[in-house]
Amino acid sequence: MPAAPKTMRETHASVAGVTRIFPAVGGQPPVHALGPLDLDLAKGEFFAVVGPSGCGKSTLLEVLAGLSAPTEGTVTFEGRPVAGQVPDGVGVVFQEDASFPWLTVWDNVAFGLRRAGFEAAEIKRRVDYAVGFMGLADFAQAYPAQLSGGMRQRVCIARTLVLQPRLILLDEPFGALDQQTRLLMGDELLRLWRETGATVLLITHALDEAAMLSDRVGAMSARPGRFIDLVETGWPRDRDSRIVSDESFGRLTGHLWSLLREESMKASGHKR
Amino acid sequence: MSRVGWIRLAIVLGAVGLLELLCQTGVIKTMTMIPPSRMAVELWKMAESGKLGAPVAKTLSNVLAAFVLSVALGFIAGLLIHSLPRFRRALDPLLASYYAVPFFVFYPVLIVIFGMSDLPIIIIGFLFGVVAMIINTLNGLDRIPPVLLKVGRMNRMGSLQTALLIKLPSAAPYLFTGVKLAVAYSFIGVIASEFILSGAGIGYDIAYAYNNFDNRTMYALMLFILTTVTAVNMALYIWEQRMLKRRMGGR
Amino acid sequence: MSASAVDKAAAAKPANPALRRWMDFILLIAGLVGVWYGLHLWAGDVALTSPYATVAKLIQLMGQAWFWPHVGETLLALFYSLLIASVGGLGLGTLLGIHRLSGQIAEPILVALYALPKITLYPLILLIFGLGLSAKVAFGAIHGIIPVTIFALNAVRNIKPVYLKTARVMRLTPLQAMRTVWVPAALPEIVSGQRIGFALTLLGVLLGEMFASQQGLGFLIINAIGLNDVPTIMALALLLALFAVTVSSLLLALDRKLHARS
Repeated sequence: MPAAPKTMRETHASVAGVTRIFPAVGGQPPVHALGPLDLDLAKGEFFAVVGPSGCGKSTLLEVLAGLSAPTEGTVTFEGRPVAGQVPDGVGVVFQEDASFPWLTVWDNVAFGLRRAGFEAAEIKRRVDYAVGFMGLADFAQAYPAQLSGGMRQRVCIARTLVLQPRLILLDEPFGALDQQTRLLMGDELLRLWRETGATVLLITHALDEAAMLSDRVGAMSARPGRFIDLVETGWPRDRDSRIVSDESFGRLTGHLWSLLREESMKASGHKR
Repeated sequence: MSRVGWIRLAIVLGAVGLLELLCQTGVIKTMTMIPPSRMAVELWKMAESGKLGAPVAKTLSNVLAAFVLSVALGFIAGLLIHSLPRFRRALDPLLASYYAVPFFVFYPVLIVIFGMSDLPIIIIGFLFGVVAMIINTLNGLDRIPPVLLKVGRMNRMGSLQTALLIKLPSAAPYLFTGVKLAVAYSFIGVIASEFILSGAGIGYDIAYAYNNFDNRTMYALMLFILTTVTAVNMALYIWEQRMLKRRMGGR
Repeated sequence: MSASAVDKAAAAKPANPALRRWMDFILLIAGLVGVWYGLHLWAGDVALTSPYATVAKLIQLMGQAWFWPHVGETLLALFYSLLIASVGGLGLGTLLGIHRLSGQIAEPILVALYALPKITLYPLILLIFGLGLSAKVAFGAIHGIIPVTIFALNAVRNIKPVYLKTARVMRLTPLQAMRTVWVPAALPEIVSGQRIGFALTLLGVLLGEMFASQQGLGFLIINAIGLNDVPTIMALALLLALFAVTVSSLLLALDRKLHARS
């Protein structure tokens, strides 16, 4: 596994000393969900986060996206602090189906551009491109309910893609899909990443998905989530799902599991 | 039309036909009910003579006013109540028992306040319709998937934009139920008030005809109300089904 | 904010959420009485009796011997109508829920009937039943039976197929399946239907009494309206509202409990 050249790194987004504590609700004690935690995302890198369920992965994403404020610590994107608002140039794809059932595929993809006040001709150019890129051209006038789960997730990715984000955050985007569809969607995601040059942060509970897609994997502990280890995968930039048959893929996945096994047992209440 | 639709139509037509037969053969006395075909003929005669125009215009315009007020104010009130969860919890038992309180008892009170105009009747129709709209608005807002609101925040939308472009369309199926009920309750409130309390409108004319043993006028007007309300409902039902089909797909 | 600050915020909150809910409800009622009083001040004594005078009038009415037979008459009519509406609606709805085709055929018809202003049919009911208790009962029952039927239909139809399959896998007899699977699965929605059925049955009975009757609270109200006796109207409206809210709240509490469980 050749290590990525470290000298080329340019920090694109970072979190420093971030914690997130959910205040007490209805007699329940407050929940310390995350951190303290530091992370530097290099420009153009593909970073995956894995960890046991409930370890604060999604919280990390929400803090990075500006959807929720950290209790302590700072978040920066392109050198500017992220404070309570979603910064320009950040796109998020959620795990839940976030397509609008009342809009056609085309109008769903155009939604963000219309809010941002783009001209009609520019909207048409970008939406047609994104719809084609995600393989949705034949379904542009269909409604989400007529599509499969995988196709609907493509709609959501296309809707993020048209805004040309420089940082794309994905929160278990393929969590609800079957394994074969996941692998194919993984290929799409790699193609998108190469073509746009964007920085990608992928939250996933699937160790093989993290191992296959990313340049670096951050393994998180049980709640409150911190990074136990950052693992370099060493894959070439030009890769696809066929690397699952590569010898080192199995070794990588196995290494991640050895890091997480104990944490996962803690998270699901196992006693040793 | 589907097979189920044809069977349903056959059953309804069969029921009307049976009623016709029972009336024609004298099993049901003319004193009790006139045959449905006679009701239709009488209604047609009334329409031709122009006797129908004034009460129909009065009743329908009052229903329309009550309906528009119910839907608009019910939606706004629903949005407000939804944003105040503590207030809402306290309000719930009152909303749940609302329809057991007969509002037209306040008609005299409203007359004293607003005078002898159409306003008291419109207000009673509104009082009947608005709560159905509030309840269904709350229902719809409760069921908006949180992820859709996050998409709104990702696009840096303000609260008005979010309400109009995400909350409203997302809750639309429930709002539509509210709209359908608001139509029904506006009719019920207005016609019940006319029937018992007021001196004009179709409801009053039915009560007047009953008190004067004028069965032909009474049944003609009843037929008019029943067919009008059913037609409005069918139209809304078809519109709703079309919208739901698009949103639910082939499922 | 540090973790200890969060702890302090948690400690400051009242310990008993049920108590707080009751306080909120009492505050809301106090607010409504306040609005009522404000309207009374604005509209004047002739238009709207004050809260205090209304309660005083109600107590005075309740102290009179002639008042109670009217209450009894209304309660009796309500009892019979409710019996017909709940039992009849439950039976009809269950049958339509089990037999899918009948359910599909009947549902839009029931919804259309639900939306009709049934007051227009009251003369027909009077012509069939004549003046008296049976006309009121019939009128109350036709108001209540339709929502009860619609809810029961949906309750039975929407039982998850996997529950019924489980019952078959466990080889329950039809009676056992009914008792241990069908009824518990459908009960929450059925209770919701009974709640709405109660409200509309009461409305139907009062409407019936208002239009053509010599007995009952509806008759007293229409009498007071004729005499423009605002204190009596208000006192009777208050009595009915208290009764309706109390019964509805009990049914709502039961409804919530059953829905929270499923």
